[in-house]
Amino acid sequence: MLYREAGQFKTSYAADQAMFPIIQDRAFIAMVLIIAYGVVPFWANEYWLQAVIIPFLIFALAAVGLNLLTGYAGQLSLGTGAFMAVGAYATYKITTIYPDINILVVFLMSGLIAAGVGMVFGVPSLRIKGFYLAVATLAAQFFIQWLFNKVGWFFNYNPSGTIIAPPRTVFGVMVAGPEATAQVRYFVALVFLTVGTVIAKNLVRGRVGRAWMAIRDRDIAAEIIGIQPLQTKLLAFGISSFYCGVAGALSVFLWLGSAETEAFDINVSFQVLFMIIIGGLGSILGSILGAAFITLVPIFLTNAPALLNIPFPTDLSKHIEEIIFGGLIILFLIAEPNGMARLWQIGKEKLRRWPFPY
Amino acid sequence: MKFRTLFLGVVGAAVGVTGIAGVKAAFADEQFIPMLVYRTGPYAPSGIPVANGFRDYYTLVNKRDGGINGVKIAFEECETQYNTKLGVECYEKLKGKGQTGASLINPYSTGITYQLIPKAPVDKVPILSMGYGQTASADGRVFEWVFNFPTTYWSQASAFIKYVAHEEKGYDKLKGKKIVHIYHNSAYGKEANPTLEALAKRYGYKLTLLAVDHPGQEQKATWLQVRRLNPDWIFMSGWGVMNQVAVKEAGGINYPMEKFVGNWWSGTDADVKPAGTGAKGYKSATFHGAGSGFKVHADILKHVYGGDAAKAKENNIGEVLYNRGVVNAMFGVEAIRTAMGKFGNKAMTGEQVRWGLENLNLTKARLKELGMDGFTAPVKVSCADHETGGPVLFQQWDGNAWKVIGKPLSPMVDVVRPMIEKAAADYAKENKITPRSC
Repeated sequence: MLYREAGQFKTSYAADQAMFPIIQDRAFIAMVLIIAYGVVPFWANEYWLQAVIIPFLIFALAAVGLNLLTGYAGQLSLGTGAFMAVGAYATYKITTIYPDINILVVFLMSGLIAAGVGMVFGVPSLRIKGFYLAVATLAAQFFIQWLFNKVGWFFNYNPSGTIIAPPRTVFGVMVAGPEATAQVRYFVALVFLTVGTVIAKNLVRGRVGRAWMAIRDRDIAAEIIGIQPLQTKLLAFGISSFYCGVAGALSVFLWLGSAETEAFDINVSFQVLFMIIIGGLGSILGSILGAAFITLVPIFLTNAPALLNIPFPTDLSKHIEEIIFGGLIILFLIAEPNGMARLWQIGKEKLRRWPFPY
Repeated sequence: MKFRTLFLGVVGAAVGVTGIAGVKAAFADEQFIPMLVYRTGPYAPSGIPVANGFRDYYTLVNKRDGGINGVKIAFEECETQYNTKLGVECYEKLKGKGQTGASLINPYSTGITYQLIPKAPVDKVPILSMGYGQTASADGRVFEWVFNFPTTYWSQASAFIKYVAHEEKGYDKLKGKKIVHIYHNSAYGKEANPTLEALAKRYGYKLTLLAVDHPGQEQKATWLQVRRLNPDWIFMSGWGVMNQVAVKEAGGINYPMEKFVGNWWSGTDADVKPAGTGAKGYKSATFHGAGSGFKVHADILKHVYGGDAAKAKENNIGEVLYNRGVVNAMFGVEAIRTAMGKFGNKAMTGEQVRWGLENLNLTKARLKELGMDGFTAPVKVSCADHETGGPVLFQQWDGNAWKVIGKPLSPMVDVVRPMIEKAAADYAKENKITPRSC
């Protein structure tokens, strides 16, 4: 009853092509944005922002990036962690060599560098597909991690091989470094995620996204109708790596404060891949839902015994957390193999008929 | 339908419980000390005894003395799995807890320490990274909030070379000797490398660096290289499961164990026991006594375990890393006591504890009162020197127990201190810190 498109007439092409053609969707998105920009930063304390929400935003950005590549263009990648590392180390190098460049610009520059690296490692995708491509991107993961571990130039010859986010201001406001407040970090991460999501959403609705999906669904057919696999696949690798690179840069400068290559190991690649699988392949919303699930649920489970005032030994509660989390993943995938985005869609369809289902 | 009911139930429960937890109870003065522990994962063999040592010493102080000068210690564990990301979450969760917030933090991970160092002056939570963390933080002029006494990785590496020279009967004998450093491929493992390299130039030994990747279970390739090189000495910076694997592998290639020396994080009971008799003769550095024969252990047995020796043993009493946890907890407690000496007997804030750490002066007499005479060396911290250069001991596994061998060695301060000051100056420059004058 509430969620119906009946009576909403489109009188122009622009209205028909809108990102959210139904007014209820627009209202919902507006509400989410108002809460995200206006309520969360003032309501949440430092723990929530710094340890829970900021990592969620950063991983959501990486998941959106990987979903463009894997969900839309159909190229399975296990190099996400590596591309994030490229972004992080590039930001560190650029900002320590040229401390005067606006750090937000540096984030974008590092994204471009990550995009370049991603395209190089995307070249094998022209010859190999599926699991074999996953193995080729795995090479990127190990090679890049080894490189940043081995070559001192990347971490300014710091004896321990750690990169540390130096203090940086934007228009007089501390954005990176220890004195930046959690609110500012949150805003920066949120702006990057919002802008990134809007661009991604429009990319996949347009010519580029359609080409990606054509390649994903049947590459030979796509080639016959005039889509060039070389450009299309490399573009997917480039744009996806750009997102991952920016996410990697943000994770060091806004969240962790310092990092070694360990922070971008193969587990990160898997984690982001699980996010999009659980969230829903080929769905921007799914990327964000999946990131929320993978980052927030373990934290909730860790804190649950304390909130319930049940004194669990630390090791036992960690083990229980892992068991429940694993169980939840299986439960979700059984309940809806197409991911949370599909659950969302089913929910919307039910809402449409509510309260008179048939 | 069922699924939805379940989901709503969970959400409802979460909301309800969060509301309840928001109510704070009023209570007597309590000093809150957060504990970052790892009792699960590949680093648990090292993490469990440390965590038990901390827990038992705090419990001892509460039960035997009624707290620190009457102020009870409140402590809470948070599981990090030695993972830097979980470490951030734990730190953010615990730093504001208790009456006065976290009084000090023992990260027990070099990676987590690196993350917390920039935050310490902002959050006003001093870091006590006892014998780990960023070596450069020994320079108190730049690192006001970080303490790594009684000694550091670089000092330890220099003491190791001193030990080798002593065993080889002279520094001139080092020339041409082959020394291998097997290290955990992380910020922690790499710390000793600059010192070993600097000393290689000075004494002319051939240094080979072999990295072992996290988590350290796979070392076949490393030990194949060791067999080919056939080094005269092996130094190891390992942690967690990596240590036991390395000790087993060394036994597997019949490497003479008395030439295989771990750093002080690579020499506890859990590291040698899995290798059985093959581990006999393995050595490691340390900076405190081994075994459970000190008065403090008798006190713990009596007050914490009610005389139940079997239970105490189950909780690792007397193991090397357990003892390290006890020593570390004692340093923290005595720093808080020092701070109370100046600011009064109430719960101390992080700033006050920082003063206490910087003015900590543990004399031999005081250690005797604490039941730790001969267990650990006296320590006197100063504004410029957060390391103190306390002596490095070496211990050997005789098949049943760790025994301290030889004399305590003092590190080569003339080599290490200039390196520390340079590294600290670099850090200050990169992070725009003006060093204070001491």
